[in-house]
Amino acid sequence: MESRLRVLLLIVAALALGGCSLWPFQHPARTPAQAADADDGSNAPVVEPQVTRRQVHETKIRNSNFEFGGSLGLLDIEDFGTNGVGSARLVYHITEDFFAEGVYGESRLGLTSYERLSGTRLLPDARRKVRFYTLDLGYDVFPGEVYVGKRRTFNSAFYLVGGVGGTQFGGDSGFTLTAGAGYRLILNDWMAAHLDVRDHLLNTSMLGPTRSTHNLESTLGVTVFF
Amino acid sequence: MRTVMKLAILVLLAVPALARSDDDARRQFDRDAGHYVQVMVADPYLELHLGPGRRYPVFHVIARGEPIQILYRRTDWFKVRDEHDREGWARRDDMAETLLATGDKLPLESTAHRDLDAYPWEAGGQTGNFGGGNVNSVYLNYALNPTFAAELGGENALGSTANSELVLLGVAYTPRPDWLIAPFVDAGTGLIRILPKAGSSVPAEPRDTLGYYGVGAKWHLTQRFLVRADYRSYAISTKRDQNKDRNEWKAGFAFFF
Repeated sequence: MESRLRVLLLIVAALALGGCSLWPFQHPARTPAQAADADDGSNAPVVEPQVTRRQVHETKIRNSNFEFGGSLGLLDIEDFGTNGVGSARLVYHITEDFFAEGVYGESRLGLTSYERLSGTRLLPDARRKVRFYTLDLGYDVFPGEVYVGKRRTFNSAFYLVGGVGGTQFGGDSGFTLTAGAGYRLILNDWMAAHLDVRDHLLNTSMLGPTRSTHNLESTLGVTVFF
Repeated sequence: MRTVMKLAILVLLAVPALARSDDDARRQFDRDAGHYVQVMVADPYLELHLGPGRRYPVFHVIARGEPIQILYRRTDWFKVRDEHDREGWARRDDMAETLLATGDKLPLESTAHRDLDAYPWEAGGQTGNFGGGNVNSVYLNYALNPTFAAELGGENALGSTANSELVLLGVAYTPRPDWLIAPFVDAGTGLIRILPKAGSSVPAEPRDTLGYYGVGAKWHLTQRFLVRADYRSYAISTKRDQNKDRNEWKAGFAFFF
């Protein structure tokens, strides 16, 4: 982009220089001597004023509103114990306060107390995979600064998120509501660290009658701004 | 031992001196000249905030006539650097008053309406009801002109007897996009995959085609942030020569980018 622009500007400059020499009214004070110089084609390099105009439309200022990254942590699934969770997220900062976020994550169901005590299995291993996605809207409640040592300062924000999603586990899937809070530490111009806690609220009828369950997810993550 | 101490003292004295001369000769501002768009402050002063938001405090002001480099932009804030390598965040509205080397104002997108050149895309997420069950959807649309947009969507319907996955492609027409609450109509086609839940009597359908039409409205909360709600009617053509109709309503948030 940069070099293309430079070439473009050079072309514009060349055309402008050529164009100026065609307009005699640009040089009303041309002396006969100068004219003679130009006529006999000798090496006299006439210094022309810089007439190129910077086209800022071309050198668009880089936008950095997206954030993409991954998180690792623990997911507490009601009746199935606490297990590791990995997730990927894409964030778009709409305004200085609001952001939209899409998350996809995977985890596994552990053993229920019943399974551990009786030694039987309610679900085969193949159906213990947990997949979920959420679509959230977030709000930066407390933007701020963090001082690390004497010389380092990082921008930060404490935010709230809420949204909807779907969770697939035990071979079934269900509508999910999510709500949570997080903390974003902006490490430099392109990287941030996150600490998140989310509650995934979903109805399940896997073990007995349908009831709503709360499933807490706590993660640490890193994102890259682009 | 003494010579070692002397050497150490010499080195200690030399380091800051070297560092200082380095600073004088090599400002980041000079090294990056030409790499970033450079403008001149034309207002009496330009306020620099510590972060990209009005709640971050102002820590410095740049006087009229001083040059600044624009490093990048986040939402309506610009990260800028002054001649002394001080970096901070300036508000979009203030940056609109800065001047390029040509004397022109920094050309920024319009705030009076959605600037299609700057923000041709719209993306959003919605949730609602599809044929009696929950549905979540995401969509991405591209403005072909101020009123027509091509739209790609994905939906996940989570019903009590079956779950469905939909992929949709359509066209949306918004006759008055400049209204605060702008109604629109849309129509399109797509594919649906119905996955019956364990123990339900819903027959498995590998993949069916569908058509839809709908009406809705977009409520513009800010220039680029909106609430969207719509109703759609789907006609699903199944393999068993039997068309199924589904109604859907949903609401959610979207943004232009």
